Amino acid sequence: MYINPNKCVACGNCTYVCPMGAIYIDPSINRATINLDECVECYACYNGLSQEHLNPTFVRALRRLFQIFRLRFDPEPDVCPTAAFEPDKLEWPRVVRRAFSDPRVPHESTGVQGRGTEEVKTNDVTGRVKVGEVGFTVEFGRPGVGVRFWEIERMAMALAEMGVSFEQKNPITSLMTDPAKGKLRDDILQEKVLSAILEIKTTVDRTEAIIQKIREVEKTLDTVVALGVGTRCDEHGEENVVAPILEKLGYQLHRAKTNVGLGRVTNQPALAASQEPVGASK
Amino acid sequence: MTNTLHRYGDAESFHDDFVVFAIPSRGKNDQGCVPKLKEFLRLALRFHPVNLGDASNGGALRPSRNLNPTQHWLRNMTPDFEAVINGVNTPTTVAAVFDKRTNAEEFVKALKQADLGLCINVSTSIEGAEQCCMAAGIPRHSVGYSLGFQGKTEKLPNTQVLMLSTMCGHGMISHSLAKKMIDWVKEGRRTPEQAASYMTRFCSCGVYNPTRAARILREARGSMK
Repeated sequence: MYINPNKCVACGNCTYVCPMGAIYIDPSINRATINLDECVECYACYNGLSQEHLNPTFVRALRRLFQIFRLRFDPEPDVCPTAAFEPDKLEWPRVVRRAFSDPRVPHESTGVQGRGTEEVKTNDVTGRVKVGEVGFTVEFGRPGVGVRFWEIERMAMALAEMGVSFEQKNPITSLMTDPAKGKLRDDILQEKVLSAILEIKTTVDRTEAIIQKIREVEKTLDTVVALGVGTRCDEHGEENVVAPILEKLGYQLHRAKTNVGLGRVTNQPALAASQEPVGASK
Repeated sequence: MTNTLHRYGDAESFHDDFVVFAIPSRGKNDQGCVPKLKEFLRLALRFHPVNLGDASNGGALRPSRNLNPTQHWLRNMTPDFEAVINGVNTPTTVAAVFDKRTNAEEFVKALKQADLGLCINVSTSIEGAEQCCMAAGIPRHSVGYSLGFQGKTEKLPNTQVLMLSTMCGHGMISHSLAKKMIDWVKEGRRTPEQAASYMTRFCSCGVYNPTRAARILREARGSMK
């Protein structure tokens, strides 16, 4: 992202809307400036701020006048008055920042927006997580902290050592050079994204061991982890297998996403190809 | 749509927050799904949603690319549901947000009858989703639990900020903006509804719940007494 200094009037609205806090008013030029190392190319500034197209010179003069008289200027907080944000062309590897951070960009590997995962949301048609299995979503950087790929790789390699299988239809998996080891491409390891999800599947009896491993590794990371655990309900819609394990581990279960099971495979058979996880099969 | 899973708060704080969404799975039920996605949204209108969303094109309250400066005093806070429905043009995730459990329950019942074939999920408290399924006579198929946030949690802001910002799980509502809106409501510079509408516009898939946000802002204002 680029802020056009010829347009910016240093109103400061954008400094609040940046999820990474990467925008600041540079006092040497009195213009909003982006810390490109911290910017994750999420486009919250460009897509989220409404745009006016006021004359920058006029707005700067007004702002100076208000400042002289110590008058409080009370503009709308979600507006860029001069439409100063201009997307720039992103090259590899920086382009992965946007792919994982801007929810409107579908991941090429999955075609799904956001972080590109389906998890148990489509389990009624994919059968991805079966009875007796558990699907983990290990999400890094959420909420509002961000994560670098080396941190994701560290967790992925630790989990791979335990023999878990990584979901094939997942954007992180698509960036692995060696899914059996959880190894990511070297050229993206220092890139920062708003958040990213590692998806794994295992058997119910390994739930506790997986969570203990995640807890162990997350202590060595400089970010937060949001953990989701998906499983199949029984024929009565009950789930009394995984929840007790999670509660035993000290989790208070408040919120869940519930697949109500109304989905059906409606595509023609040629399009309804199955997708299996990759990596070790344990 | 994991973006609705990790909303911060206890079960009680979700009493006015029910997200029902439809998602086609690539290669399974995405063929010819656009009219079904529109039908999902059109059906939701009968049950008084507080927001509708299309993950590709946005929610019912959107930022403007060409805002007239006079709008600073006349900002429209009315959700444009028709724009969401008419805008669906590709296989995507669509969502309807309700602030009353009974409305969500009735919607799930109607979805069962409509038999769209799309994957339907309810994101709220565990009990709330169970009640929606029971009301419709549907046994839950699968459940995805949120275990909350762990790791370097000292990097996270306070509870009220988290409750506001995590309603967009994609992270489009920054902690700084949520904190600023709490401050502005406390200062009397904006109403809770106005502040909620600013944040809603940043949610690019339309799952932000402006009713819950306004309630949290009112509670935050009250907490200073």
